[in-house]
Amino acid sequence: MEPVLAVEQLETEFVTNGGVFKAVDGVSFHVHQGETLGVVGESGCGKSVTSLSIMGLLPKKIGRVKSGRIQFHGSDLLDVPEKQMRSIRGNRIAMIFQEPMTSLNPVFRIGDQLAEAIQLHMKLKRKEAMRHAVEMLRKVGIPHPESVAQEYPHQLSGGMRQRVMIAMAMSCNPEVLIADEPTTALDVTIQAQILDLMRQLQEEEKTSILLITHDLGVVAEMCHRVVVMYAGQVVEEADVDTLFESPQHPYTQGLLSSLPQLAGEQDRLESIPGTVPSPLNMPPGCRFAPRCKYRVEACEQVQPGLTDMGGGHRCRCLLVEKGVAR
Amino acid sequence: MTALLQVRNLKKHYPIRQGLLNKQVGSVKSVDGLNFDIYEGETFGIVGESGCGKSTTGRSVLRLIEPTEGEVWFQGRNLMELSSKELRLLRPDMSMIFQDPYASLNPRWTVQRILEEPLQTHQSLRTSERKQHVQELMERVGLSSFQANRFPHEFSGGQRQRVGIARALALNPKFIVCDEPVSALDVSIQSQVLNLMQDLQEQSKLTYMFISHDLSVVKFLCTRVGVMYLGKMVELAPKRKLYANPLHPYTKALMSAVPVPNPKAKKERIVLTGEVPSAKNPPQGCAFHLRCPIATEHCRSVQPEWREADEEHWVACHNL
Repeated sequence: MEPVLAVEQLETEFVTNGGVFKAVDGVSFHVHQGETLGVVGESGCGKSVTSLSIMGLLPKKIGRVKSGRIQFHGSDLLDVPEKQMRSIRGNRIAMIFQEPMTSLNPVFRIGDQLAEAIQLHMKLKRKEAMRHAVEMLRKVGIPHPESVAQEYPHQLSGGMRQRVMIAMAMSCNPEVLIADEPTTALDVTIQAQILDLMRQLQEEEKTSILLITHDLGVVAEMCHRVVVMYAGQVVEEADVDTLFESPQHPYTQGLLSSLPQLAGEQDRLESIPGTVPSPLNMPPGCRFAPRCKYRVEACEQVQPGLTDMGGGHRCRCLLVEKGVAR
Repeated sequence: MTALLQVRNLKKHYPIRQGLLNKQVGSVKSVDGLNFDIYEGETFGIVGESGCGKSTTGRSVLRLIEPTEGEVWFQGRNLMELSSKELRLLRPDMSMIFQDPYASLNPRWTVQRILEEPLQTHQSLRTSERKQHVQELMERVGLSSFQANRFPHEFSGGQRQRVGIARALALNPKFIVCDEPVSALDVSIQSQVLNLMQDLQEQSKLTYMFISHDLSVVKFLCTRVGVMYLGKMVELAPKRKLYANPLHPYTKALMSAVPVPNPKAKKERIVLTGEVPSAKNPPQGCAFHLRCPIATEHCRSVQPEWREADEEHWVACHNL
């Protein structure tokens, strides 16, 4: 089956006063129809920049895609002219952001903001668009959608705002939904509601979801496959069961074992020593080598490639590549 | 076990003023009648969702904000009755670690100066002694002493939180209120800081009050845990009892809502409908009845009593 969206060897760089640095360095992944792909990593690993690159929303002047391809239904989104991109963005590929307060316009009513996108993309009349907007609000579980449509973003709670964002993103039946930390700003009980809603909408519409998050619990509950990123690169890719059962990359292993668990007893947490390297000063070899407990000399000199371990499980580690037991 | 801190009927109400004459038209009951003890050497956890009053509780206990009502007994003295002078003499014994290491450190000060400030205020040391003390502090929290002349922006998030912890430790306190100390940090850094806090507690016999929204983190670090909802405590128990056998329907829902990092874990999730009501006009009766799956008519009108359902296991619910 052809994937709906395929990112190939994406390189995105930023020009800063400190120099040019690559935020995303050779990232590849794909999403099938109706599938949820998790992109996991800690702050600064390039996961959000990847999603902005796909949407063509990189900050102008300082950010640019240097090379790579973003295949969407046979065409490369990087070659698509801006005018055509506008008809794809928000229509066939939609996005939910982390902070719903900053991504909704504070001076327009909820209904008007929703109807604007609908009117534009679905070529509907104002009245019909408004009716559709209210229908979407009802679909995402907002009580009294008619009156909420007349309210301003500040009158809603965080959970309600995120529902509005989802309604907006889903209003044109997108094929791909990019959700960038959609529940990070929310409380757990509200998070549970939002995740349920996303799953339900996906089942109904067969949407492909690219779920960007740092929360491995959310990944385990939502995703079919997972891509783990570290310092701008994919370090491991696997289906969700394999990733949690037999993670191969030392970083993935470290992440999983450093989590405090809700079940069972822990006297001590495992931890990964050190911090993420600065993008302006990347280690020459494996980027995780300075923090890795299995590192050998070669790790500090050679950049490991992604080793295919069969069944869609890939891992970027020299020791895995060479078949060395750890 | 002796109680280091006893909180009795603690309340913090913020007035809502309106109109030309600034008349008080109501109040936000952020914290509404809390009772609990914190034992010496333990880590007392407070969990709850945003707006439940957990941070207000932390600050009220230290009198960083003035509570409206209630008593806080610390080492046999009621903090609420102390004058500011008397309170200042007690300050070295209690301190605080804040959530956001970006906002709680002065960006124009070097780490040396940040860590020196409490020493200058409360102790009369010579410059060289102070310098020595700062170096020791930095090494205790896992920073190198040569970093003392750097500014906060030169540190990563995790290191900055270490500076925050060092500042809290500067005067050898007995009691530290930790308000979401790791929630701004990445997982791999979070575990480093949690382990550090555990080590420091063992070394210096510290007592923590640990405020967090993350049930897994609280479970790792705390000995006893209180669950707050809308300004009130709904359940309080030793960690093992609370996590193995939560009694209050809110605690149960909260625990079932936490995503577990195991795709094979099958669990019954209790999805709560609706949202936390506003503390401006909390519902009559039990504060939780609007979202409670087992609420009855009784819950709508009568506030449940705070009672000991099992040894050391306190809960406020009619339907047990």
